[in-house]
Amino acid sequence: MNWLKGLFARRRAHRDLSEEIREHLEEKVDELVASGMTRAEAEHAARREFGNASLVERDGQEVWKWLWMENLTSDLRFALRMLSKNPAFTFTAIVVLGLGLCVNVAIFAFVDAALLQPLPYRDPSRLVGVYESVRMIQHSNLSYYDYLDWRTQNRVFSSLDVYGGGSRLMNTPSGAVFVWGGRASDGFFRTLGVSPMLGRDFYQGEDLPNAAPTVILSYGAWQKWFGGRQDVIGQTVSFSDGPYTVIGVLPREFHFALRGRAEFWTTLRELEPCEKRRSCHNLYGVARLKDGVTVRMAQDEMQSIAKQLEAQYPDSNRGQGASVVSLSDAIVGVLRPTLLMLMGGAGLLLLIASVNVANLMLVRSESRRRELAVRAALGASKSRLFVQFVAEGALLVVAAAVMGGFAAQWAMNLFIRAIPADLLLSVPFLAGLGLHFRVVVFEGLLAASAAALFSVTPILRLSMQDMRAGLAQGSRGSSGDVWRRLGPRLVIAQLAIAVVLLVGAGLLGKSLYRLLHVELGFHADHLATLELVAPQTQYAGDEQTRALGRLVVNRIAALPGVVSVGTANQLALEGNGSTHWIRFQGRPYHGEHNEVNGRQVSAAYFTTLQARLLRGRFFRDGDDASKPRVAIINDALARQYFAGEDPIGKIVGDTDLSEKSLKEIVGVVENVREGALDEELWPAIYEPFNQSPANDISMVVRTSQSEESMLPTLVAALREIDPSIGTINGATMNQRMNESPTAYLHRSSAWLVGGFASLALLLSVVGLYGVVAYSVSQRTREIGVRMALGAQRNSVYELILGDAGRLIAVGIVAGLVCGVAAAVLMRGVLFGVASWDLQTLASVTVALGMFALLASYVPARRATRVDPVVALRHE
Amino acid sequence: MSGKESERDLFPGALEMMILRTLKRHPLHGYALAQHIKRTSNDLLQIEEGSLYPALQRLLKDELVKAEWGISATNRRVRTYKLTAAGAKHLEKEVSSFEKMLEGITRVLAPGESS
Repeated sequence: MNWLKGLFARRRAHRDLSEEIREHLEEKVDELVASGMTRAEAEHAARREFGNASLVERDGQEVWKWLWMENLTSDLRFALRMLSKNPAFTFTAIVVLGLGLCVNVAIFAFVDAALLQPLPYRDPSRLVGVYESVRMIQHSNLSYYDYLDWRTQNRVFSSLDVYGGGSRLMNTPSGAVFVWGGRASDGFFRTLGVSPMLGRDFYQGEDLPNAAPTVILSYGAWQKWFGGRQDVIGQTVSFSDGPYTVIGVLPREFHFALRGRAEFWTTLRELEPCEKRRSCHNLYGVARLKDGVTVRMAQDEMQSIAKQLEAQYPDSNRGQGASVVSLSDAIVGVLRPTLLMLMGGAGLLLLIASVNVANLMLVRSESRRRELAVRAALGASKSRLFVQFVAEGALLVVAAAVMGGFAAQWAMNLFIRAIPADLLLSVPFLAGLGLHFRVVVFEGLLAASAAALFSVTPILRLSMQDMRAGLAQGSRGSSGDVWRRLGPRLVIAQLAIAVVLLVGAGLLGKSLYRLLHVELGFHADHLATLELVAPQTQYAGDEQTRALGRLVVNRIAALPGVVSVGTANQLALEGNGSTHWIRFQGRPYHGEHNEVNGRQVSAAYFTTLQARLLRGRFFRDGDDASKPRVAIINDALARQYFAGEDPIGKIVGDTDLSEKSLKEIVGVVENVREGALDEELWPAIYEPFNQSPANDISMVVRTSQSEESMLPTLVAALREIDPSIGTINGATMNQRMNESPTAYLHRSSAWLVGGFASLALLLSVVGLYGVVAYSVSQRTREIGVRMALGAQRNSVYELILGDAGRLIAVGIVAGLVCGVAAAVLMRGVLFGVASWDLQTLASVTVALGMFALLASYVPARRATRVDPVVALRHE
Repeated sequence: MSGKESERDLFPGALEMMILRTLKRHPLHGYALAQHIKRTSNDLLQIEEGSLYPALQRLLKDELVKAEWGISATNRRVRTYKLTAAGAKHLEKEVSSFEKMLEGITRVLAPGESS
């Protein structure tokens, strides 16, 4: 604030001065008039005696001016001149540094959007996600009845609400359309602290069976389906299960990533059949902590309530614990490790870039020794010369920061546009991506530290050396001393950082490869997939569903280009879950939950996937309601529950072994990956669709031609069967794999870190080249002497490459140590590869070693071309 | 104008010294200060009245004098300058070093002495 005070004081001084001068002139005129002059004469005389009043005023003001400020402008002007005199240096420095800043700013903008910007809810830090937890799933769904008990018994939440999937078919003039939705308890939006921008929220009790069906629209749905009309409130939306009245529209900035695609929000007014059982888990909880309650305390409380419920309802609740996490963890927790790793990588890249530029400045300051010596001799104070370097460093950094900022903005737009629209909906907070205040401050801080580094490096050099020595012509002996000592150390640091980044990139690349080549248990090529949504009203009973399934399979199988078609209630790779609790006939049972994936599949499902049968048989069309129930288990289930036994012919059932649940195991199939690519393999049990038809039908279609081109045909064929059937998620199996969130996350980080690593490799090799070339140029005379005395070319190579090789070796070894340490830190984002993966470490060593030797070879070769006569005459 | 062929600038600091000396006797405002210096120097020194003010600003900035607005005897709004303690000390130093310099110059200029 000192400068502010100074500013005001200066203003006042200026005012006082002009007033004083005016008073002076007036007094003089008055006096002259009193002595008999006319007023005009007097004014003239007064002014003459006073001198040039405005000049006096300016001189007086000048006194108060800040000297350093004037110096600074002249320093800046001089710096600008110096920089433009050496455009190659300036350009290189700005581009290298700008690139480093760009990467950091862009990554930080992602960190800001995902991790730092608060979620668009009231007091978001008090919100938590509430889940049940079981051995295999830490955040598992909540059952409706458990929710009711949790809500009444807990003393830690000021409110607890639940939400779940509520996607449905909407009747439009052009047929049924699948729309994404959410179902929630009445207080869901109040708990979040969000109120509709139009209309009203759900009232208390609107989620009870006697309430009228109502719906709240997302802002997007309001725009898309109602053209943003104000009179939307009170209008009716026709869903396949009846008309709903629109009561509200959510604000534009509202998003809820955990159901990011939801356009229509309805209440739990009508429970789904499954929800009427306590053992049906299909909801998620969100709650607001009471004041003073921590997530930890809430977790403990809910865990103890879950314990009580377990004792009360052993059948349904055995092993069902509770899990409470902050809502922001629930939403962005998955991204955090990746983003932090990328931030670290970007930081390393900036470090390497800064070192490179500092190196350049150091070299340049060497060549400016004479200029500095002259200035010092002419009376420039040391501090004045320092300021000169500060000014040059600052100018470079400012230019780089501006460039980096723009480039970052561009890169971010590019990246966002590259994210598939569906995926983007699950990360809605990225809409807040941009050069916001925090991001700009961050860039400012980075730029300031870079500027400090660039000012300090030459200053360090300047103070270490007697300036006068620079004046002496040809005193080259000591000239490169500082750089000769510091340069190699900087290069070692650069090489080590490059190794760290290369190791990281290698491991991430390998993770990605492993992820995309994970054992699927089926052949993904030439598979088209599509999900059907049949209106519940028309396809309510088993018989109708069975008929629909048959019709679909027959119609699709008849299409030209289709080899075979299978259906399942949930497609492979969709995710683990939808589990069954099973029990084995004839074995002791103590109420444990043998939780396995449960799927209902058509007879041709496995053959369409080309999954391998290990034992027994696949399902047949004849396995229908009229026959005894059968089941196929996967290899994981066989290994876990039938170790050393033949599972074929064994009987499994539900936890009560109720008569109608008993199934005979007829086959063992290879593990078909049901979960996401990076998820564990779970035991799974498959039942024939014809014996337990499921309303959700997903198709896999093996095609003889391009599977992607078949997708529209499939949709059209289904429309022909029944226009009220909706379809969703048409994609090839390969697309489902490559565009899955986990593949996307792995791919982005592999590419980004790969990019960082390539830049780091380039910069460090260029840095190494610089050091070796400089040392060669400094030793031209020495080399000339050696050669004149009969040294062979080989020994000159040995001399130069030996020095370089030592640098490279130290750099690589240091880098490998740090690289493994870094890889241990990032093992959470690796998949199927160890932190100390030898193959990666070896390839990095070889690659960097080769490039580095090449970079040293070029100047070494130049050294061998030295003509001794020329070198010696050089003096 | 009237045949003064050897008009000479004051050396740096001379004006300040004279101002300080004058103010040491009694506080004055700018106009009075100018008149006083002119009068006492018998118009030997060619000082533009205006040149006083930048000098006064410098002294103000270095806190050798302080200024205060007030009303003069002739009922005029004036800014009166007063010597500060630091100013008095500075004056003493300047005067003694000036005297030394003057003595040196005088000795050199004195005719007929050589060693």
